[in-house]
Amino acid sequence: MNLLLREALIAFRRTRTLSVLSITTIAFALFVTGLFGLVALNMRSALRNVAERVEIVAFVYRGTPSMQLTAASSDIAAFPEVLEVQYVSEEEALVRARRDLVEFQEAYQDLEINPLPPSLEIRLRPEYRDAKHAGDVAERLHGFEFVEDVRYGRDWVERLDALRQIAGFVGLAIGAAFGLVSIVIIGVTIRMTVLHRAREIRIMRLVGATDWFIRGPFLLEGALKGLIGGILAAILCGVVFGAFEAGNFGLGMGLTFFGPLEVVFLIVFGVLLGLTGSLVSVGRHLKKV
Amino acid sequence: MIRFTKVSKHYPTGTTPALDDVNFHVARGEFVFMTGHSGAGKSSILKLMYGDERPSSGDVRVSGFHIGTLTRDEVPRLRRRLGIVFQDFSLLEDRTAAENIAFALEVTGSRVDMIPARVTKVLAQVGLLAKAEAFPRELSGGEQQRVSIARALVNDPPILLADEPTGNLDERATRGVYQLLLDINAQGTVVVMATHNLDLVRFGGQRTLELRDGKLVFDSGVDVGDDA
Repeated sequence: MNLLLREALIAFRRTRTLSVLSITTIAFALFVTGLFGLVALNMRSALRNVAERVEIVAFVYRGTPSMQLTAASSDIAAFPEVLEVQYVSEEEALVRARRDLVEFQEAYQDLEINPLPPSLEIRLRPEYRDAKHAGDVAERLHGFEFVEDVRYGRDWVERLDALRQIAGFVGLAIGAAFGLVSIVIIGVTIRMTVLHRAREIRIMRLVGATDWFIRGPFLLEGALKGLIGGILAAILCGVVFGAFEAGNFGLGMGLTFFGPLEVVFLIVFGVLLGLTGSLVSVGRHLKKV
Repeated sequence: MIRFTKVSKHYPTGTTPALDDVNFHVARGEFVFMTGHSGAGKSSILKLMYGDERPSSGDVRVSGFHIGTLTRDEVPRLRRRLGIVFQDFSLLEDRTAAENIAFALEVTGSRVDMIPARVTKVLAQVGLLAKAEAFPRELSGGEQQRVSIARALVNDPPILLADEPTGNLDERATRGVYQLLLDINAQGTVVVMATHNLDLVRFGGQRTLELRDGKLVFDSGVDVGDDA
C-alpha cells in the first residue's frame, strides 16, 4: 500500500502539467454537471412550489347538515391521495373574500345576503398533485349528494403536468450528455498520462509485475485526481451559486443549494470518473504490451 | 532450460515467416550467442522466450513454461524467472541506479527489508557500488547497461536474455559488458545474447546460433541432453 501511494505520488509529481490538466478537466466537467444539477434542483423545487397550489374545492349545497359534512370530511380525508380536508363555512368564505379580493371589498361590504356557498377545500399529497389524480378525486367528490360543483383548475394542472414531464426529460438528457462527455474527456486525459508513462509500464511488465500491480498506482492516481476535481467542482458550484444569489435577479423565490449528501455525491462521482477513466485507459494499454 | 521445437512465427503484416521451423536447445549453464542480420529473427526468438509473442506453430519451452499456451497471468511468473537486458538499457530516467534496481524487486512484491541488501549485492557484482545514487543521465552508456544487467540479476533468475546489449556501446564498454555476462554465466546462469558484433562472437568462442531469413542456418553447439 505504501508503495502504491508512493508510486502514485511520484507519477503525480513527474507529470505535473498533465496532472493539473486532468484535474482541471475533471473539475470543469463536474462543475458543469453540478451547475446543471443546481438548475435541475431549483427547477424541481420551483415546480413543487407551484404544485403546492393544486387544490380541489368542492362547493356544497347550502343547508347541508354539519353532521353529514363532518362525516364526509373524514371519509374524504381517508382517500389515499388526500393530505387534508378543510371545511369553509359561508361566513368564513365571505370573510376571506373581503380580505383577499380587495377590488370587490366595497361590493362585499354592502351585502345583506351572503352569496358565497360553503365548501370543502382538499389538498392532495405531494406525489398525487397531477391532473390524473386530481381528476380522480374530483370524480369521487361528485358522488357525494351534497356536492354542488367541484373545481380544480384542470387546464392549469394539466399544463403543470406537461411542464414537469418536459423538465424531467430534458434534465435526464442533458445530465446524461454531460456525464458522458465528462467520462470521455477524463478518459482522454488519463490516456495521455498512460501514454506518457508507456515506457515505465513496459519496464514493469518486463521485470514481472502483474497487471494489477501496474494498474494500482494508475487507479489510485485517477481516484486522487477525481477526488481533487470533485472538491474543486463543489467549491466552484458554491462560488457561482453564492454570486447568483447575491445578484438577486428578482426571481421572487429562494434558491436551493445542494445538501451535504449531494455534495458528497458530486465528489464520489468525481472519484468514480477518475477510477473508471484510469481503468479503461490502462486496460486498453495493457492489452497492447 | 530453453527448447524450441519446429517453431514458426508469422506476423499478420509479414509476407514471409519471421521464424521458419526453428529447432534448438539450450542446456543449463550454457552461454549462447545469437547472430544474424536485422530482421533475421533474433528478436522474434527472444520475444518468444520472454512470452511477448506466441509461436504460430511448434513448441517453445522456457524454464518449465509452455509459451504457446501461456496465459496472461503466467507471463509475470515467467518473467520473474528471467532477466532481460535491452540495447536501450530501459532505465527509468528519474530514478537513481539503486532505485531502478530496487524497482524490479518492489514491483514483484519482495520483502521491503530485504531490498537494500540485495540491491547492494548486485551493484557490487556489476562494479557500480560507487554510482548507486547516480541518475542514468549521469552514467556512461556502459555504466547504464551495467545497471540494467544488475536489475536483470536482482531476482536471481536462472536465465538472462540480452537483446543487443552492446549495440550502443563503444569497444571498451562492449568488452566490459561481455566480460560481466561471462562472469554471470560462470555462476550458473544461462545467458542468451543476441548480437550483430561478429568480432565479439569470434573472439568469445561461445556456442553460436546463426539466423538468416527466419531459419536457423548454423549452430556451433552440441545438444546436450533434455532438461527443459
